[in-house]
Amino acid sequence: MHARTRCWTLFSGFLGLAATTLGRPSLAQNPPRPAQATQAARGRPERAPDYPVRAPAPPQQVAHGQQLFRSNCAFCHGSDARGGETGPNLVRDVIVLRDQNGEVITPIVQNGIPARGMPKFTLSAAEISDIAAWLHAQPLSDRGAPSTLDILVGNARDGAAYFSGAGRCTQCHSTRGDLAGIGAKYDAKTIQNLVVSGGGMGVGRRSATPPKVPPTTVAVTLPSGEVVQGELDHLSAFIVALRQPDGTYRSFARHDSIPKVVVTNPLQWHIDMLPKWRDSDIHNVTAYLVTLK
Amino acid sequence: MTRRVTLLLTIALALPAGVLPAQGLNPAVLLRPATDAWPSYAGDYTQRRFSTLTQIDTTNVRHLSLAWVQRLTAGPGGDGGFGPRGATITGGVAEEPVTIPGSTSGSPRLSGSILQVNGILYITSPDNAWAVDALDGHVLWHYWWKSRGATHIGNRGMAMYGDWLFFETPDDYLVSLDAKTGQERWRKEISDFEQQYFSTTAPMVIGDHVLVGTGDDLDSPGFLQSFDPKTGELQWKLYTVPMKKGDPGLETWGSLDAAQHGGAQVWMAGSYDPETHLYIIGTGNPTPAYTAMLRAPKDVHTNLYTCAIVALNVDTGKIVWYYQTSPNDTHDWDSTQPAVLIDGTFQGKPRKMVIQAARNGYFYVLDRVTGEHLLTSKYADAANWAAEINAKGQTVRNPEKDNTVPGSLVSPDNGGATNWYPPSFDQRNGLLYVVLREIYSMYYSTTNDPRLMVGLGGSEQDNVGSLGTSIVAIDYQTGKLAWKHRLEGGGGATGLLTTAGGLLFANDGAGSLVAYGLRGTQPPTPLWHSRIGSIENAPETYTIDGKQYVLVTAEGGSVYAFYLQ
Repeated sequence: MHARTRCWTLFSGFLGLAATTLGRPSLAQNPPRPAQATQAARGRPERAPDYPVRAPAPPQQVAHGQQLFRSNCAFCHGSDARGGETGPNLVRDVIVLRDQNGEVITPIVQNGIPARGMPKFTLSAAEISDIAAWLHAQPLSDRGAPSTLDILVGNARDGAAYFSGAGRCTQCHSTRGDLAGIGAKYDAKTIQNLVVSGGGMGVGRRSATPPKVPPTTVAVTLPSGEVVQGELDHLSAFIVALRQPDGTYRSFARHDSIPKVVVTNPLQWHIDMLPKWRDSDIHNVTAYLVTLK
Repeated sequence: MTRRVTLLLTIALALPAGVLPAQGLNPAVLLRPATDAWPSYAGDYTQRRFSTLTQIDTTNVRHLSLAWVQRLTAGPGGDGGFGPRGATITGGVAEEPVTIPGSTSGSPRLSGSILQVNGILYITSPDNAWAVDALDGHVLWHYWWKSRGATHIGNRGMAMYGDWLFFETPDDYLVSLDAKTGQERWRKEISDFEQQYFSTTAPMVIGDHVLVGTGDDLDSPGFLQSFDPKTGELQWKLYTVPMKKGDPGLETWGSLDAAQHGGAQVWMAGSYDPETHLYIIGTGNPTPAYTAMLRAPKDVHTNLYTCAIVALNVDTGKIVWYYQTSPNDTHDWDSTQPAVLIDGTFQGKPRKMVIQAARNGYFYVLDRVTGEHLLTSKYADAANWAAEINAKGQTVRNPEKDNTVPGSLVSPDNGGATNWYPPSFDQRNGLLYVVLREIYSMYYSTTNDPRLMVGLGGSEQDNVGSLGTSIVAIDYQTGKLAWKHRLEGGGGATGLLTTAGGLLFANDGAGSLVAYGLRGTQPPTPLWHSRIGSIENAPETYTIDGKQYVLVTAEGGSVYAFYLQ
């Protein structure tokens, strides 16, 4: 049952990485998603599931288990087994996690847990095995799955005012130019992420092609006074490398601020905005842009 | 013959009963600053990663050159690399190991600390361990564990007691090896694979204890265990969340069921203070990670002992004091980062302290004898999720910056302002050097029903921009940044090393190991670099036969040793 979470993890992690400009993702203990994405991006074979996968039970058995659960267990544990008024969430319960085919659950159901107020049930081992089959068919965690909820809460009119006023979006963007029809091109959440990122990041979980963003450029002023310009290829404290408009690759050693290096990121405005945004302005601009069909 | 017996007797008398190391680790070495050895996770128990060695310094570091490189291979064919080949020793409980690149084949990820004891390096990656000659890098033995699965995100290294090594496997075993041969001595299951625990932690040897943590991304309770190094018998087990009625801290949870599923995993090695006999750990976040609605429905529900610095008695496993940095966290920002032990003055008074730069972007100073809070400051300018710092110095969440259905722009991202990357404390000027990431994400709640949020579920996070990655110097007396050095290459988060030679060794995020010259409160100057590929662990340093080495790992299962030719 744990396999289904894995699909989302691999899928979204891979696409997420493809869209990111952050370079190598942080290999944090939590979550392992970036590590797996890295492996996928490196072209390694798709890995095996991390945790035990139970063979899916026959649909009839699962359906029967659900029926039995609803009439016997749902009153306390909730109709989805994820916890009710008095009974705990069973999907993540250690007893259910350790159980394979009802062998761990059966004695508990048949004997009850009097100390915790759980009565005994006159269900047969076969019936409890069916309940177990249904419990094991429940997805454990939707980790990595994208939101499908309606994210639009903003006010389009306020968003329009911000767009051409305080937000100063019109210094680079035009609703008749680059943003024409954006509301038809992307879903609301993608648009919202693009509002913040400017196009470099935040796209990729859905199928839309991210908008083209002009590359980061660099101007290198050599001691001779010659200025070499082009697309930034590589930058460290020791080397700057670029590709000139005709495709020529040039790299220069850096030492004590020589040569002079000036990097121009076309998304700098969006980066500078990161600490300044109010969430309400983000939501309002999104509400405005989705109307541009 | 007589001489040999005399020699053996001398060694036996000089060491505690039960330890007869020939080329093994003298336990006294664990208690002193690391110079000719790197015998534990951070070199010594303080987690300072400050080396007193001065052979390599700011005047000669430009001559630092390659001593050797080794390329390791994971899995049953992992005996090779450069040098003579030997047989791989196979362990593990799985009849048919799960195929995992980097574990069963290919390049291992070497993100852990490497032990150096008596001229031999002990290296780990998930499911793999090697002994390597520290003079030329050739493999002496390789041990491979047949895995039944689990999250293979990393292995933080081994611990050593006499001639015995200890390391954890992703599928939740503590394995003890004979350091001379790589043969398995014993193995112990340390946590429940069915509950999706996975184990990465570097064990710590303190006296006759092997201290062992584990990890989990589902809703399972955290704990720390102590094992007998000789037999592998469990000595004690400390849960970091309340597990039954009457347990302290239960009143800080919405229900007993919530507490029992509350997380607080102990997945990083702690620090040890021999004077107080306290082991000091940072604990993980509460679970489910992205909603506090069921586990913390009221303000009093702070979810102890999640996101806390906890001091415990090494012999009993009982908590002596604790300080919770982030009550009822909702972003998966644990406080497992190294708790660094420092001595000095604070507001004019001599103090023994413990300091931590936490994943949430805040820096904390405590008195490590009493747990008294001394200072909280923000070291990540970008961090925008806290409404205030309360009277106890704890960071208090702004609910608008939780996961929300319409989305909230929040920094740090999931990886945090910092993470497992070891910081380094420069004891000459009281600065803690930390790798800082200032990334922003849109945090979306994917459901309105908190019951559906299990483990790390219920959240979509989309990275939307970054102010970059930096190395920062935090003055522990004020909490303010002395300097912030932006890494122009963009990435670059692994770990740091400082030496008394005035050097800071770090990953520059552009594929190089860099030696910076430290200039006190002025930003450091890059002096030397070697482009060896993406750096994977924190650099280490030690001497062998009087010669100082710098050791680091890089992508492709590579181990690099540098010295002055």
